[in-house]
Amino acid sequence: MSAHASHAPKRSGLWDWLTTVDHKKIAILYLIAGGLFFLAGGIEALLIRLQLMYPELSVVGAKTFNELITMHGTTMIFLAVMPVIFALMNAVVPLQIGARDVAFPFVNALGFWLFFFGGVLLNTSWFLGGAPDAGWTSYTTLALNQFSGRGIDFYVLGLQIAGLGTLIGGINFLVTIINMRAPGMTFMRMPLFTWTSFVTSGLILFAFPAITVGLVLLMFDRLFGGNFFNPDAGGNILIWQHLFWIFGHPEVYILILPAFGIISEVVSTFSKKRLFGYSSMVFATALIGFLGFMVWAHHMFTTGMGPIANTLFGLATMLIAVPTGIKIFNWLFTMWGGQIRFTTANLFAVGFIPTFTIGGMTGVMLAIPPADYQYHDSYFVVAHFHYVIVGGLVFGLFAGLYYWWPKMFGKMLNETLGKWNFWTFFVGFHLTFFPQHFLGLMGMPRRVFTYLAGQGLELGNFISTIGVFGMSIGTILFLVNVAVTAKSGKRAPADPWDGRTLEWSIPSPPPEYNFAQTPLVRGLDALWVEKMAGNKGMTPAEPLGSIHMPSGSFLPFVMSVGLFIAGFGFMYHNYVVVVIGLAINFACMLLRSLTDDPGYHIEPDEIEEKGVKA
Amino acid sequence: MKSWQQFWRQLFLFGLLALTLTGCGIQELSALKPQGPVAAMQFDLMKLSFSIMIGVFIVVILILTYVLIRYRKRPGQEGIPKQVEGSHTLEILWTAIPFLLLIIMAIPTVTTGFALSKEYDNKEALQVNVTAHQFWWEFEYPDLGVATAQDLVLPVGKKVQFTLNSADVIHAFWIPALGGKIDTNPGLENKMWLQADRTGTFYGKCAELCGASHALMDFKVEVMEQADFDKWAQKMKTVQSADPKKATASAAEGQAIFEKSCLGCHAVAGKGGKLGPNLTNFADRMRVAGIKPNERKYLEEWLKDPQKMKPGNNMPNLNLSDDQVNALVDYLYTLSVKDEVKDENKQ
Repeated sequence: MSAHASHAPKRSGLWDWLTTVDHKKIAILYLIAGGLFFLAGGIEALLIRLQLMYPELSVVGAKTFNELITMHGTTMIFLAVMPVIFALMNAVVPLQIGARDVAFPFVNALGFWLFFFGGVLLNTSWFLGGAPDAGWTSYTTLALNQFSGRGIDFYVLGLQIAGLGTLIGGINFLVTIINMRAPGMTFMRMPLFTWTSFVTSGLILFAFPAITVGLVLLMFDRLFGGNFFNPDAGGNILIWQHLFWIFGHPEVYILILPAFGIISEVVSTFSKKRLFGYSSMVFATALIGFLGFMVWAHHMFTTGMGPIANTLFGLATMLIAVPTGIKIFNWLFTMWGGQIRFTTANLFAVGFIPTFTIGGMTGVMLAIPPADYQYHDSYFVVAHFHYVIVGGLVFGLFAGLYYWWPKMFGKMLNETLGKWNFWTFFVGFHLTFFPQHFLGLMGMPRRVFTYLAGQGLELGNFISTIGVFGMSIGTILFLVNVAVTAKSGKRAPADPWDGRTLEWSIPSPPPEYNFAQTPLVRGLDALWVEKMAGNKGMTPAEPLGSIHMPSGSFLPFVMSVGLFIAGFGFMYHNYVVVVIGLAINFACMLLRSLTDDPGYHIEPDEIEEKGVKA
Repeated sequence: MKSWQQFWRQLFLFGLLALTLTGCGIQELSALKPQGPVAAMQFDLMKLSFSIMIGVFIVVILILTYVLIRYRKRPGQEGIPKQVEGSHTLEILWTAIPFLLLIIMAIPTVTTGFALSKEYDNKEALQVNVTAHQFWWEFEYPDLGVATAQDLVLPVGKKVQFTLNSADVIHAFWIPALGGKIDTNPGLENKMWLQADRTGTFYGKCAELCGASHALMDFKVEVMEQADFDKWAQKMKTVQSADPKKATASAAEGQAIFEKSCLGCHAVAGKGGKLGPNLTNFADRMRVAGIKPNERKYLEEWLKDPQKMKPGNNMPNLNLSDDQVNALVDYLYTLSVKDEVKDENKQ
């Protein structure tokens, strides 16, 4: 490698994607991989609902059903919505703070490939003796060798590898947001999506180590004869639940906070108004993040913790309703007095508000421990968390995708198809999950592969299954929209929505260096401030000069493959394979540490040639 | 497009209507039709929190509807709306009001929470030990010296103090009509009390994923008058394995098979293993394997291939011949503590 090459080494096609460290390309990788896993999780969901359409069906068997629910939950949480969130964070956050890339581009790529190979490892279980079947929570002792097969090993190692990727991704965004803001971009001028990404990254930093510890203990129990969770040998089954939920509850906020950010951006842009109560929104975000760590045991009210612990965790949980309520009302009053445009992105944002409110309401109801004894592990809970995660998060992600698609790909998604997508998905969603509240209260436990006729559960289940078809059609319409747009979509201008934040001040899609000149930020909604001042674009904070760029690298891919191989070695107790896998990984680390990688520069004349301005 | 939207809307409304019409589920199972004080207290909390929440929801919906209609962008509308920063009054208002609402909910949460976690000794309450197994329930009445399985028999109007445990994985003991659930944790004991205020049958479920047949881990609760309960308990204690009144040649043959092949796991009248359900009053039970009606054909089906009806359960296939199955069924239907054996079983 020649030092300070002035040109990027030309890479093309697949090789470019395998070696890229550009946050915008990594965003697309996250989106594609997350999208594929989303489809897998969706097909699993479809099979689950088909099995439950009528009582005592046998579309799939009992064991297969348990594999499906386990993989549906695990895939959707870890491998579908997390990556799509990371896709949007990667695509948008550096642009919103006026940065040219994330703080650690190499680590960013490593984070993606670790997640990807962790996810692939988990899913190979389908072909290697059966998927994990102890639920996405994998409660011990059911998840110990005595009661379940090799599938759980795939769960343990797949999630461990994917979790590493998420953790380093989170750290990367913390550092990026703290260190790489453009001049004038103070914390209290950051767009809300950047704020929520910041708090989410902080939550990742503190929450993921808990699941890492839990998974290590489970791995010892399963692979090396440990007894952490084995009551017959003095272990304690509840330790797993505590570790899992100390991670698991903040995880809920890791997921939903970025959606809050997206809704804030979309509602504000399409009402043509600044966000109502910006500082209280920031405060509420931080408070939700903080309280999110105080409430994990509300998932364990029925484990017999006693009335004192139950009450304290219950009351702490109720408190979260206050900052969440602040957010709902701030969105409503952002729209109040505005000029609301019903683009697809805004439809999803508007649909989000009542849907998420219902999820929040049932959340408060669940926070009352004595009442939770009835709700817990019933379909009421299934309805609740789908209202939060689908009605909240997935609606938010759709809003974000329709909103930022032009920025990411340079083409406008089709609005007519988009509206069809929204309506089918929205109606299908409520049809699927609304009846489930009642099913739970009427006595239907969750995770049942069938139910008997004559117990009053037939109608609700039938409606619920019908709703899934609506959601499936919505998802297919989105894919059609993506295909149509890729083939013949309208080219997107730099600022298609009359945007307010920095990402709309640069071309769609942005050049590899994002900003030819780092912009000077003069207020909240930086671009809007300039528009109101009558300026054409951002005022630069630096003269046009040579831009330093990081070089691409194949190492993140190879390192992840190394861990992937080592994972299989662990599962099959083949320590030669373990050593080979880890050796690949450590060799890459060594190579990375010993090579001096100066990156390359893009000179001003090149920037001029491309005719792009800040 | 309009007509399709209408179709969906109608389907949705129809769904809502249908849900309302089916009411709140059946009273043997539904948490919305409480049949005892615990379920009633929990239902009160549900109603309280639900009414407060529905109030909040209505406020949100009203504002949202108003805003979406009033402030939608009209064709040709120009100009820039006022960029409002916020409003301290409003923000304090929607911080303070939810706080007050939470306090209203918090008070009964605390009192009910402590009331439900009381533990009653054997002077105040009937003591029952519950042990959950993959995929059946063992019930033991330590003060009465009685053990049974699958059909929990309780006296009406009396507190029942449960002590719960598990033999293998975590299960959760749930009788929605009588009250909420509690986990049965291997290695850790839990306590819970319930009471039934009405005689009759209630349905119990396992609410924690416990393996392949989690969905089929149902049980029944039979609530009877105290006098009937005492009589039942007395009979359970004194019953003899083979009642000469009911014995036929085939049943005797069945008993021989049972004592040779089944007694290792299944106890009858105080004799036998504890790995499988106690069968002392099998003929009185409502279900075969907890799920199918207790009729001859289902019992035969079960004995021929236990894995088919309840995948993953621990009963091995004994590869019995048809004659052996027949004899066993005849024998099993003699196992009753009631005065008359259900005739339909005899066919």
